[in-house]
Amino acid sequence: MARDAGKPIAVTGIGMITSLGVGVAENWRRLTAGDSGIHRITRFPIDGLRTTIAGSVDFMHDEPITIPSHSYVMADRAAAEALAMAGMAGQDFPGELVLAAPPIEHDWGTRRALSARLDCGENSPYSPGRRVHPPTPDLVPYYEDFLNGTLAERLAEKYRVCGSPITLTTACASGATTIQLGVEAIRRGDAPAALAVATDGSISEETLIRFSLLSALSAKNEEPTKASRPFSKNRDGFVMAEGAAALVLEDPEHAKARGAAILGYVRGVGEAADTFHRTRSHPNGQAIIRSMQGAIEDAGLQAADVGYINAHGTGTPENDKMEHFGIVNVFGADGAKKVAVSSNKSMVGHCLTAAGTVEAAFTILTLRDGILPPTINYEIPDPAIQLDVVPNQARRQKVAFALSNSFGFGGQNVSLVFAAA
Amino acid sequence: MAREVWITGYGLLSPLGETPEAWFAALADPARWRAGVDAAACAPFPIHPIGAYALEKQVPKPGDQRAMGPLMQYGAYAAGLALEMAGIKGNAALLQETHLVAASGGGERDWDLDRQILAKLEGANDGGALLNQQLADGLRPTLFLAQLPNLFAGNISIIHGVSGSSRTFMGEEAAGIDALRVAFRRCAAGQGDIFLVGAAYNAARPDLHQQYHAGGILLAGGWQPLWHRPEPGVCLGSAGAFVVLESKERAMARGARPRARLLAVESERTARKPGAAAQIAEGSFARILPQTKPGALAVLSGASGRGGITHEEREFLAAVAGDTGLPVRGTAAAFGHAMECAPLQNVVLAAAALERGTLFAPLEPDEPVEAEFEGALRQMLVTSWGHAKGEGMVLLEAIDG
Repeated sequence: MARDAGKPIAVTGIGMITSLGVGVAENWRRLTAGDSGIHRITRFPIDGLRTTIAGSVDFMHDEPITIPSHSYVMADRAAAEALAMAGMAGQDFPGELVLAAPPIEHDWGTRRALSARLDCGENSPYSPGRRVHPPTPDLVPYYEDFLNGTLAERLAEKYRVCGSPITLTTACASGATTIQLGVEAIRRGDAPAALAVATDGSISEETLIRFSLLSALSAKNEEPTKASRPFSKNRDGFVMAEGAAALVLEDPEHAKARGAAILGYVRGVGEAADTFHRTRSHPNGQAIIRSMQGAIEDAGLQAADVGYINAHGTGTPENDKMEHFGIVNVFGADGAKKVAVSSNKSMVGHCLTAAGTVEAAFTILTLRDGILPPTINYEIPDPAIQLDVVPNQARRQKVAFALSNSFGFGGQNVSLVFAAA
Repeated sequence: MAREVWITGYGLLSPLGETPEAWFAALADPARWRAGVDAAACAPFPIHPIGAYALEKQVPKPGDQRAMGPLMQYGAYAAGLALEMAGIKGNAALLQETHLVAASGGGERDWDLDRQILAKLEGANDGGALLNQQLADGLRPTLFLAQLPNLFAGNISIIHGVSGSSRTFMGEEAAGIDALRVAFRRCAAGQGDIFLVGAAYNAARPDLHQQYHAGGILLAGGWQPLWHRPEPGVCLGSAGAFVVLESKERAMARGARPRARLLAVESERTARKPGAAAQIAEGSFARILPQTKPGALAVLSGASGRGGITHEEREFLAAVAGDTGLPVRGTAAAFGHAMECAPLQNVVLAAAALERGTLFAPLEPDEPVEAEFEGALRQMLVTSWGHAKGEGMVLLEAIDG
């Protein structure tokens, strides 16, 4: 096994933006108050849409939003907050950047503008009947901004990180995967620190309709704040949301040597890929079970040591059923009833690419302050899901170890174990 | 102490076929590899497309075939070839300990739908409502899944049963070289024993041509020799390329045959001011140099053909060759530039060349860096000089060398 397998890695900085607000303090205050950030969509016309609500982040900037510009602004803000908290602002960062970002394509506003101005040849669907013409220099941003590597490139330049920055996607597990890659790099001695950032500003007509067509989204449009209902009997899908979060991960000795305050530890990482279906877990739950067990084993713990689970808890009928099934398998029938399990997504919605990091940050705050955030909108329990979901109100409860689950479309599952400082 | 990392399987689906015999036969004959260029399909941009191949050999289920566009099909096919060569295909126990690291952009859009919607939106009064209606009526759920980059790896897990873990890197050439670097370092450090690493690229995509043409990087009109193209000099090529990396201990324990030894994977970032990429390359090469065997080493370059940066690489390689007599092959001349897949494609070609012990003939005989090489090939250096970002170097060695 690895030289430093299982070594705890310190978290020394956190940054966060969600539909609840900007910054760690505001987000944590509102999350523990049980506030919802879900609202009616105003970014684009909602005529004819099956779902008209989201946890979009609409307060960061005024200019017309494109997916890369919006994702960058949020990632930048979260990274800046995390580095400032870690006492590392304005200096060379002693490690790599691992960024989870939404897959980037031209949005429709951009596609229309570019198609009107750029001639790609007579047979191109984007300039039918128009001969090719050399581009003018003002069109270069349409190329640069929409390369998948550009966000990480700009962050790496601004925050002076080492090495080649990684941009990744493992769908809804992406944020957790960035933390895992950072932890692995520190454990094998590549660098004493890593900057794990995840961002998702991808709510647009097309992304919303795509998820709608998969029957994945809640259509409880009447009362937006009540739409996200993880673990409830009447849950009907997730609510798309935006946000970003950043974690400064650090070798504990490195952090102590420079006198940094340690907020908590990543103790264990686990992952497993499902081979069953593109949008569903195998009915035997093996991949999510292996993922949770792997994280607990890597932390050198037993399931009974874990006092709180920050659930993936999307509020889709399928996820919550399978997550419950997995928890029962890993914790045992009695253990599953004892461990507190709550879903941040009941309040902030599903931040997709950023969800794993947003929830990791909330998990560290949970351990730090001894407050379990609630699962709101829990009015009609699902009798098939017998869990302590911390219903509707936060709870004061000191916990030593917490598990955070992230399960993605396409079968990518990651679980992380965190410990209090 | 870092562990030795072997390549125990590789697979490459390319414009020049899917077997080492086919690649090297085509590379030996300029008329054959030049015939791989298609000037008409995406005119005025020439591309190197993948021709007909038997997808069902690696993806037998029609449902799986339909769930993917060409990009993901190329990847799933090449991954199957690599697993097959490594003796892992169909072995559930080994597949459960195989970690997948892929590099991919998003899958294909529905271009006809885009064309229709753009036409309808032109001059429409209430564009927003119309767009919503057109998208809701026209988008297909299966196509959405075929567009998500993580489903590139997800499909490979489903089709081939790879279930250790799954990570997808994005970001053009850098994603390809970093996927290999992270898998190599994890394997060397004991953070896993078996890794399936790869990428794919579909060059026949008008949506990507629109984006790249906006940046002024695409070669338009006729094909040109790689090393002296203008700034708009990238001629895209389709490919699917995968390798199986394995710790020496794990491979020996299961009796797997090594194909090549992976000695180093370097990747770096620079702001790409003139000369900056060459400076990165000098550093990488200096770190790799102590492991090289002079006189038995050749270079497969990842040069994209984009004018300025390709000229910078050519000058760097010429300077290095001046000292050591390194023969270079710019493979994008014959295969096209495969973006995320370019580094992986060259790693597969390097491993296959090392197994044969010979280097193929210069692709651009008039260019001095493409020197003849008649000796016994023991090591290969693969460079990545992304068209915009993504500097890297890989050193491979023949197994009995």
